Amino acid sequence: MSSLPLSTAQSQFQPRLAQRRFWGAVFMVICWLLSLVSLAVLVSLLVHVWNEGGSWLSLKLLTNYASVLNPREAGLKSALWGTIWLAVLTAIFSITIGIGAAVYLEEFAARNRFTRFIHLNIANLAGVPSIVYGILGLALFVRWCRYDESVLSGALTLTLLILPVIIIAAREALAAVPSSLRQAALALGATRWQTVWHHVLPAALPGIMTGIILAISRAIGETAPLIMVGAVGYIRSVPESLRSPFTALPIQIFDWTGRPQSEFHHLAAAGILVLLGVLLTMNALAAGIRAWQQRSKVQ
Amino acid sequence: MGSALGQKPWEPLIRLFLLACAVVSIATTAGIILVLVTEAATFFREVSPLEFFFTTSWDPLLRNEFGVLPLICGTLLVAGGALLIAVPMGLGTAILMSEYLPNWMRQIAKPILEILAGIPTVVYGYFALVFITPQIIQRLFPSAAPFNGASAAIVVGIMIIPTIASLCDDSFRAVPNRLREAGYALAATRLEVSTRIVLPASTSGVIAACLLGLGRAIGETMAVSMAAGITPKLTLNPLVPIQTMTSFIVQVRGGDAAQGTTAYRALFAVGLTLFAITLITNLVSHRVLRRFREVYE
Repeated sequence: MSSLPLSTAQSQFQPRLAQRRFWGAVFMVICWLLSLVSLAVLVSLLVHVWNEGGSWLSLKLLTNYASVLNPREAGLKSALWGTIWLAVLTAIFSITIGIGAAVYLEEFAARNRFTRFIHLNIANLAGVPSIVYGILGLALFVRWCRYDESVLSGALTLTLLILPVIIIAAREALAAVPSSLRQAALALGATRWQTVWHHVLPAALPGIMTGIILAISRAIGETAPLIMVGAVGYIRSVPESLRSPFTALPIQIFDWTGRPQSEFHHLAAAGILVLLGVLLTMNALAAGIRAWQQRSKVQ
Repeated sequence: MGSALGQKPWEPLIRLFLLACAVVSIATTAGIILVLVTEAATFFREVSPLEFFFTTSWDPLLRNEFGVLPLICGTLLVAGGALLIAVPMGLGTAILMSEYLPNWMRQIAKPILEILAGIPTVVYGYFALVFITPQIIQRLFPSAAPFNGASAAIVVGIMIIPTIASLCDDSFRAVPNRLREAGYALAATRLEVSTRIVLPASTSGVIAACLLGLGRAIGETMAVSMAAGITPKLTLNPLVPIQTMTSFIVQVRGGDAAQGTTAYRALFAVGLTLFAITLITNLVSHRVLRRFREVYE
């Protein structure tokens, strides 16, 4: 290269700046257009749902049972209570098992082939379609454990579904705790478990909480696995025990959307607004915890 | 370890409990495989695998025809159409976010993407059925059926845009700034830096993001069963009703087949096929990320 006379190199190089800048501008416009179109479609979805369902929002919607004959009087009571039961039960199961698994993998397990296998397995589980979890729940909880088509079967299925998400988030939070904290506790004679329980877990808690809230909000929006374990669209009772039959907000929305009369489509839109409201609140909560955690870290 | 000073007698038990929690994940995988394989084995004793994978008519409820190709074709039609929409949109959004937007705008855009990625799929199903088909598709193509593959593909595409955009943005951001600065120092335009420096440096991340999106599209259930219909058909025409693997599973479970019949057991055979396909896409995506990742200090 160095032997090439400078004048030749200069004569072969054509900056074509005007042309390149023109294509650069075209490219920027294309990127903006693609982004704005994506955003516009998603906004129009929300606007459409609001237009269809906004005027159907009322207290009656939350306190009445579903009705097949009279859409004006139909409500979400059983679906709302079903979703609350599912969310609370799923939270209890998945928080215990999820944090336990993450603590084991991050704090206790040796870095060997078995641990690597568990990691790969969890990453793969996170990509398994939710309906496959539904098939597992149907065979395992509904049939084999004989929990029947109950709110317990639903919650256990959702637990298996969100466990990978919780474990991955909790492991990241634990890994972010500086190891000087562990070493200080161990140096003062604390056992491993005391170190984890009194020092590492409290430090990682905000991060773990964020992951848990986001995972539970995913569980609340799931429909397909609940259909597989036997949630029904039309039910006029709220769950009274673990073995009660149940429905949930997404199931009710699915049922109403599938009916031919347009009144039910308005109801479905109103139900979607309720569901999105619940999810947005949970997202805001997670964002709040994250912001609070970042501020306390700076101080 | 076992004789550590001050260790309480229950600490080994706690450790055992934590190990049990970690083993739940392995048990889940084992459970999925066990359930799908044993039930599918019963099915394949009644219907030969040759018929299942190579004949082209699927009508398990009325005529006992078990050729799964129409369902696979429906799934691929929807997933392919979805990627056709989501990849350009997601890539464009990601390039805009990482290469053009100032930092404060990206910090607003990123959480919005996360929230959009969390919208339940049943909402998209409603959108397809009540808005996209009657307001858009049937206006452009009056011959389109109320249930059609196009609306399912569009709505699944919209659904996975935030996922693809967010993951691509992450991998663009992982490209060190000194590479970009070297490009700009040579008087490259943003287009040239984006497409000849950033994109090649993050190919593995982009491919993995697209494969993840593909996996989600293949496994997507609610939006597809609500929008695409329940008519299994070996066709590439997006304007007629079709059926996917996932929507067949929902249809059977929704009560259209009695428990213990061959049609009911077909659910597990289709589930196994679906699981195998998504497992392969996931494994390939992990492999791509591992093998082709450019590592910068």
